[in-house]
Amino acid sequence: MKFPYTEKVLEHFKNPRNVGKLENPDGKGLEGSPACGDMVAVYLQVNPDTQVIEDIKFESYGCASNIATASIITELAKGKTIEEAKKISWQEATEELGGLPPVKAHCSVLAVEGLRAAIRDYEEKHGLVSEQEPTTVDVIRSRLKHVMNPMAGLDIIRTELVTKMEINDGVVRILIDLPSNHQFAANIKEEVMEKIESLWDVKEVNVVFTE
Amino acid sequence: MFDKMTYLDNSASTRLDERVMDAMKPYYFDTYAVATSEFGYSMGIDAKEGLQEARETIASSIGATPEEIVFTSGETESSNMAIKGVVAALKKKKGEHIIVSKLEDFAVLNTAKNLEKQGYNVDYISVDAEGILDLEELKSKIRDDTVLVSIQHANQEIGTLQNLDAIAKICREKEVLFHTDATHSYTRVPIDVSKTPIDLISMSAHTIHGPRGVGALYVRKGTPLIKWMDGGYQETDRRAGLENIPGAVGFAKAVELVTEKENEFLTSLRDYTIKRVFEEIPHVTLNGSKTQRTPQNANITFHYVEGESMTLHLDMRGFAVSTGSACFSRSLEASHVILGIGGDHERAHGSIRFTFGRYNSMEDVDAVVDAIKEIVSQLRAISPLYNKEE
Repeated sequence: MKFPYTEKVLEHFKNPRNVGKLENPDGKGLEGSPACGDMVAVYLQVNPDTQVIEDIKFESYGCASNIATASIITELAKGKTIEEAKKISWQEATEELGGLPPVKAHCSVLAVEGLRAAIRDYEEKHGLVSEQEPTTVDVIRSRLKHVMNPMAGLDIIRTELVTKMEINDGVVRILIDLPSNHQFAANIKEEVMEKIESLWDVKEVNVVFTE
Repeated sequence: MFDKMTYLDNSASTRLDERVMDAMKPYYFDTYAVATSEFGYSMGIDAKEGLQEARETIASSIGATPEEIVFTSGETESSNMAIKGVVAALKKKKGEHIIVSKLEDFAVLNTAKNLEKQGYNVDYISVDAEGILDLEELKSKIRDDTVLVSIQHANQEIGTLQNLDAIAKICREKEVLFHTDATHSYTRVPIDVSKTPIDLISMSAHTIHGPRGVGALYVRKGTPLIKWMDGGYQETDRRAGLENIPGAVGFAKAVELVTEKENEFLTSLRDYTIKRVFEEIPHVTLNGSKTQRTPQNANITFHYVEGESMTLHLDMRGFAVSTGSACFSRSLEASHVILGIGGDHERAHGSIRFTFGRYNSMEDVDAVVDAIKEIVSQLRAISPLYNKEE
């Protein structure tokens, strides 16, 4: 029998760790991708003196990669301080799982973002966040590093799919080096929109494909 | 882990029937010549006869004449040939407008999109919540420069059947050619071109336990069609390329083997699946029509869970099914069919398609429903959406 996933992915998928909810969590994150439809919720219990994540739980309305990544991330984050946990990347999670199919990278990113959202929520509730920064091309670039190129399993910045990024008066224009009828064009567009639209000072996002 | 795979994805492909293989074999090992002209050598004449008999079988299955059947490599080629052939033939004479439905399979849908990019005008007709075409919209969209209407007979995902008689009548009245992709209904639901004025029909062997890579296009006598693949003069100069005689013979055999009784049996598997799921699993939605539905298709959304997770769990327990979830698709897009019937991403996300075939049994249905019951409750237990409902 051949499955499209590693043994470890299948193991975490079948028996996900730290599943469920925490009552009165110190931090809670809910991330969803309208493009894929997956959602992941992460709940944290943090020791206020040491900032160590003492308990963590997740829920997933997602595919196998999403469930397996969320599961491994809870294992990686448990016992770490929130500063350490912030640094857990999808690459790290993916490596820990023995790899994921490139086309599934975005599902794994979503799980990581669930954890980051929960940490952000904890920081906001505990007065640990700084002022909102205005959106610049650098901010856009760092956001787009979380949009996956399904052909490569790496983000669209690193794989040079983004050829231009502009922001003028809250209007963002992003050029993608793919034809508009490409197999993944619709998916990439939705993911880009989702990442940029939510920035506090962005009014409009235009994703433009090459012909 | 388990002894056998229970294959419930018979609209994607089917297990070949041994009797089809037996019918094909002589055309690989004994009568392997090309179909020659009547002045050719004897093996070629025998091969030609085999091809002709196969053509007669396909023709009589839909009330056509043998000359109206063109063998192809399957659904995709048949639909490309029909649509591109007609628009090329009528472009200068009549116009550059075609009409398709929103639920078409990719062979028709992407052909239409490609033509659109080349400058043709395309209208995509809506369907209702069960997937049934809006006939009034169709009527209103037919123009003087419309050259072709292409509406599928049965839907590939939700099994909804269109009223071909009504659509054909509209097309005849408005003097527009009508193509239908009958890949998912052929031999399961009757079509008779001597009664229904359809001009072109795509058919395929792979959905009825025949060989893969073989199909046919019915072309009503007199239908203008420009050959779009250049080469030899095979298939009375309508389809270039060496004839796949074993394939055509196998296709014909597969058609002969489908019986009324088998279709009734598939209907009972379908209805039993739907009945058990609806009685035993809460929060489910039937996708498609209760009554206008192909015998072999059941498509159900299990809310609050994702399709690829379900199919992987089922796979690990030995069941093959498919889903309309974006996570399962090659383009990472949710099923255009579920969205087309007014469903949202969530409905596509949790949809599972069961398609039955000759080698399935009631025991298979019981086993898969038992499995999916457990899987759905297991996945709902970890779903943030489901917990909120409680």
